[in-house]
Amino acid sequence: MTTTQKFGLGWALLGAIGLSSAADAAEQITFVSQGGAYQQAQTVAILDPSAKKLGITINQDSIPDAWPAIKTQVGSGKPIWDVVDTPTGNCLRGGEQGLMEKLDFSKIPNGAAMPEAYRSPYSVSYEFYSSVLAYSQKTFPKDAPNSWADFWDVKKFPGRRALRNHPFATLEAALMADGVAPDKLYPLDVDRAFRKLEEIKPHITVWWTSGAQSAQLLNDGEVDMEMAWNGRVSAVAKEGAKVAFTYNQGILQSTSLCILKGAPNLGTAVKFLNEAVDPVHQANLPLHIDYGPGNPKAFETSVIKPERAAQLPSEPANAAKQTLMSYAWWSSPAGEAAEKRWASFMQK
Amino acid sequence: MTTSVPDPSQKHQRREHGLMLALVSPALLVILALIVLPVGWLAWQSIYNDGFTLENYRRVFTEDVYWRSFALTFEISLAVTVIALLLGYPVAYLANSVPRGWSILILSLVVLPFWTSVLVRAYAWLALLQRTGVINQLLRYLDVISEPLALVHNTFGTVVATVHILLPFMVLPLYASMQKIPNDLMQAGASLGASPSLTFFRVFLPLSLPGVLAGCTMVFVLCLGFYITPELLGGGRTVMVSMLVSRNVELYNQFGAASAVAVVLLLGVLAIFCVVSRFISLDRVLGQK
Repeated sequence: MTTTQKFGLGWALLGAIGLSSAADAAEQITFVSQGGAYQQAQTVAILDPSAKKLGITINQDSIPDAWPAIKTQVGSGKPIWDVVDTPTGNCLRGGEQGLMEKLDFSKIPNGAAMPEAYRSPYSVSYEFYSSVLAYSQKTFPKDAPNSWADFWDVKKFPGRRALRNHPFATLEAALMADGVAPDKLYPLDVDRAFRKLEEIKPHITVWWTSGAQSAQLLNDGEVDMEMAWNGRVSAVAKEGAKVAFTYNQGILQSTSLCILKGAPNLGTAVKFLNEAVDPVHQANLPLHIDYGPGNPKAFETSVIKPERAAQLPSEPANAAKQTLMSYAWWSSPAGEAAEKRWASFMQK
Repeated sequence: MTTSVPDPSQKHQRREHGLMLALVSPALLVILALIVLPVGWLAWQSIYNDGFTLENYRRVFTEDVYWRSFALTFEISLAVTVIALLLGYPVAYLANSVPRGWSILILSLVVLPFWTSVLVRAYAWLALLQRTGVINQLLRYLDVISEPLALVHNTFGTVVATVHILLPFMVLPLYASMQKIPNDLMQAGASLGASPSLTFFRVFLPLSLPGVLAGCTMVFVLCLGFYITPELLGGGRTVMVSMLVSRNVELYNQFGAASAVAVVLLLGVLAIFCVVSRFISLDRVLGQK
């Protein structure tokens, strides 16, 4: 059975009108991710094989930011989506607000086998990416910046800089630059982080908002170093730009799978969720895109070659150099307050 | 319309009005269904979230972030409007005074950028203005500067690109109003001994003011809602009101927090219209009479 693809951003609104399809056909689910090359890669690596193995139909949908749609759909009492691949924070927040199904891990053995930090009562990690320190090799042919303290050191490493226009990972980087040990970051000392950010602020040329923008900045030599997502940097490097990045002090982030409360095909959704984090399917993902598998057991299969594994953010040795972002902290009241504080920091 | 008119013509007029209403009713229905209702629904959410609340408005009026964004948005809009007027007026004047073939060419050059997406034009400006961009490289090659100028990722870059996008909205109303100024008036002025500049300032300029006002209102109001351009060219520091709207959806997870911002902006725009219409009738601004 093949996976039908229905890409379209307007779905969230259509959902509110109640365009739910009849669920009486053979077993099926609606799976939602973020579209683009990333969803294509999943389709080949995970979705199509899972559909085949389980004998179900996976209807796909995509949306850049699923959160407002999740709120609207569950709020309407009749969601049309079943499984969502979304930044882990959304799953946790959604769980706390009653928008997500609590998972029964006895039915999800693949998830139950994952380390506890990689799952929550509402979600399992699906894939990993990392906010890393990237730099131009033209500007820094040797002695490249290798830590956030280096990024903050404008004397030793002169050059133009960019950071993401978002507190996620940026506050963590600021604290590491200020000497906080990577394993002692949470709960974040928000005041200290913003103080440290004030210090670097005059030296930041661009606060980027989209991954594409961060790639363009690095590619065009508009900045000499920046925080960026590893996949964006490696894509630019692949096209021939002299850029590199380090996993050292990277902030490891993930998207997770979670199931909407009242999902129309709950039983099938749970079966799919277990299948999607199967180590072999998971190991297939990095063969198609520069993201790491959400299930670390994928590295124990022989699917990923050692050279390839070494490039991936969640490979155990790389992961050891990085900090796992605490989505639990970011979705706590303190985290939400820090998020709100960002805008006033930017405008001052 | 004010004095009493004999019966038959009044009846005729009423029938004509009825017919007109019938003709515009499909358009009105579309506007009602696609603009008035959704906007009303969003506005309702800004004051109702499991009960009446003014929390969203308290935030807008008490937190610094909002005030700064509104101030910046109005500043940028004002700057863009003034620059567009200074650049657009001579173009419209030229198009109005040259033979018809030339004026069509000029106007099509003005309108041409309309066919390019705003996104593409923003990226084009990036390619021109950035540190490694065309302008900086040219200036360095000519030894005019030694260090690249910061032309983009700031308010400057945002204003430049916005002026470019909105310029047609200034030139077209200006041209339309200039077309209505009879050339005889200028000749009359000249025959009475006025210098060309005097005729321009005493006759032409005052008569073109409705076009100036129309163009300025259009550009100003459109600029207030700009999103893509400041997002791409503002370097993250240029936070305009539209960006606050999108940020608030993300931050507060409800539409009310965002629509409160939009409602305040909408009321601001309506207030501007009210003030403008006190000075000049809106009919004239919109090119009616």
